[in-house]
Amino acid sequence: MVDDRTALVEMRNVRVAFGGVHAVEDVSINLFAGEVVGLVGGNGAGKSTLMRALSGARPPDSGEIWIEGRQVHITNPRVAKAYGIETIYQNLALADNIDAAGNVFLGRELTDRTGTLDDDAMESATRKVMQRLNPNFKNFKVPVKSLSGGQRQSVAIARPVHFNARILIMDEPTAALGPAETAQVRDLIRQLKAEGIGIFLISHDIHDVFDLSDRISVMYHGKRVGTVNRDEVTADEILGMIIMGQSAEESAAAATSG
Amino acid sequence: MTRAIRSFLAATEIDTRLAGMIGALAVIWIGFNFLSGGLFLSSRNLWNLSVQSSSIAIMATGMVLIIVSRNIDLSVGSLLGFLGYTMAMVQAMWIPTALGLGFNQPYTWIVALAVGIVLGALIGAFQGFVISYGGVPAFIVTLGGFLVWRGLIFWYAQGQTIAPMDATYQLIGGGPAGSLGFTASWIVAILASLAIGYSVIMSGRRRRAYGFPVRPTWAVVTVIAAGCVAVLGAVWVANNYFWPPALATQFARANGITEPPGGLQIPTGIAYPVLLLIGVTLAMNYLATRRKFGRYVYSIGGNPDAAELGGINVRRTIVGTYAVMGILVAISAGVQTARLNAAVTNLGVQNELDVIAAAVIGGTSFSGGIGTITGAVLGAIVMQSLRSGMVLLRVDSPTQDIVVGVVLVTAVGLDAFARRRSAR
Repeated sequence: MVDDRTALVEMRNVRVAFGGVHAVEDVSINLFAGEVVGLVGGNGAGKSTLMRALSGARPPDSGEIWIEGRQVHITNPRVAKAYGIETIYQNLALADNIDAAGNVFLGRELTDRTGTLDDDAMESATRKVMQRLNPNFKNFKVPVKSLSGGQRQSVAIARPVHFNARILIMDEPTAALGPAETAQVRDLIRQLKAEGIGIFLISHDIHDVFDLSDRISVMYHGKRVGTVNRDEVTADEILGMIIMGQSAEESAAAATSG
Repeated sequence: MTRAIRSFLAATEIDTRLAGMIGALAVIWIGFNFLSGGLFLSSRNLWNLSVQSSSIAIMATGMVLIIVSRNIDLSVGSLLGFLGYTMAMVQAMWIPTALGLGFNQPYTWIVALAVGIVLGALIGAFQGFVISYGGVPAFIVTLGGFLVWRGLIFWYAQGQTIAPMDATYQLIGGGPAGSLGFTASWIVAILASLAIGYSVIMSGRRRRAYGFPVRPTWAVVTVIAAGCVAVLGAVWVANNYFWPPALATQFARANGITEPPGGLQIPTGIAYPVLLLIGVTLAMNYLATRRKFGRYVYSIGGNPDAAELGGINVRRTIVGTYAVMGILVAISAGVQTARLNAAVTNLGVQNELDVIAAAVIGGTSFSGGIGTITGAVLGAIVMQSLRSGMVLLRVDSPTQDIVVGVVLVTAVGLDAFARRRSAR
């Protein structure tokens, strides 16, 4: 990666603490347009917490966030969305009792001049997005509770796609999906990347990350252990970093000295 | 048979739960009519039923939003008493005596109502504020309200009854004078029928313009026809309830009309509290399903985290639901004090339970996210039908309570059963 371009996102020295526990400690990370950065680490490594700081769900206690060379203060999800930061959460963050269009537009509903919800316009826009994401999707009038896992995932993904995200955070996007649907999500990630969207991809699945990412950042106990270019490491080396909490050079050094 | 019903409901897009409730109501009505030898479905009884249901039904529409967003309001009965007393004080003491403006001024009724509505909204918003910003559970806050607002009534009047109410204000409570009468009732019915037809056809046209699937023509016709028959039938019933003979005689004397043999027959028409209920139902339906506020309430009930992550101001929305509840309690307080022509200290006692029961019988789920305004109104009518039917059958009041209690639990149990089956 050539780093003399302006980064799409730059998080500097971000800290998040819950009570006395440092969930994220002094982490810096960046993301360029058209790039996928994989974020890996064990349970409780702080991946999701770091991303929640960017999406406004839990603002950082200290540290800076820069978007395209300008410092921003993301205090809540609304601010994040205004900067084009969209998130697909692990649990999908869907209101189960509301239909697909209602969920896609949740918090950003379309209204007419009188402030009345324009459900037809929202359904129409949702149908258009679904045409692209999942042409088999037909259940536009039912609560998303009654949809299958893959269909629910489509609804969650339709949100950032419709609102033209520039920065997309995907937290375990394929965790609950079958093989066909996983392949679909992978295709989508490649497609969005080609459109110039920057993507942070959190995943437990090291192969997912390896296939899709340009760079991979490894987190361990709230710290960033290292960031590597995908082409320069093997999956085993990454696994080693995840488990040992050491960068490749460190573990190599430890191996030779020990 | 069941499949035929299901495909009929699917084509007409009538809510299954709502259809079930209307079916249950029909069974109750026909059953009571049979047991009472035709008394239950008389114009007189149905008219009374409509007036008696209105006060609880008005409040139940607000309780839906509160329960849907996973909260509860136990304070509505006490708040109704407090607001009713305040409005009574405004018209019976403060305007006439304290301000020295005299009784029965043309503006008295509207000032009294406005004071109640503003105060209701403020008190509701305050309770909502303590719940959502203060982090005190709704059950506790409104339990406190239940005690406080009832207690404040005694500060006002030391247990005295405040009476009489302003002459215009009394009309809100219904009664022969507080009703629309023959012609106006039919005009309302015709306008309502036109509105039903217009809105159904326009919504179909909009959906067709977007290329969405639409109901088949026969289903559109059926829905419009059913709506019109219901409206016209209700008004026909209301217009077939005539003023009580004594009142009619009084009216004839006052207007110099010679009474025909058998007495003067004056059709009563739709009572004003019922008109208020219809207005509230339409407004609350619009608020719940066509405004951002309503969408937020339902999304909070469905998944509070998703609502928060969607950028919705959850706390402010909760405050809003309680403010709306306060306004509706004020309207019901108006109906009840006007009907009694007085404010008494036990005004609204146990109303919170009736209101919650109406919402729950109407399909509102305590797990949040589910419930309809129309369902709650039907729930209130179901409850009142049971009570009114048992009164006709001379069932004593404790037994009535037992029956209503059993019906409440059974209705919710059946609903939960049906939901589990449909989820499978």
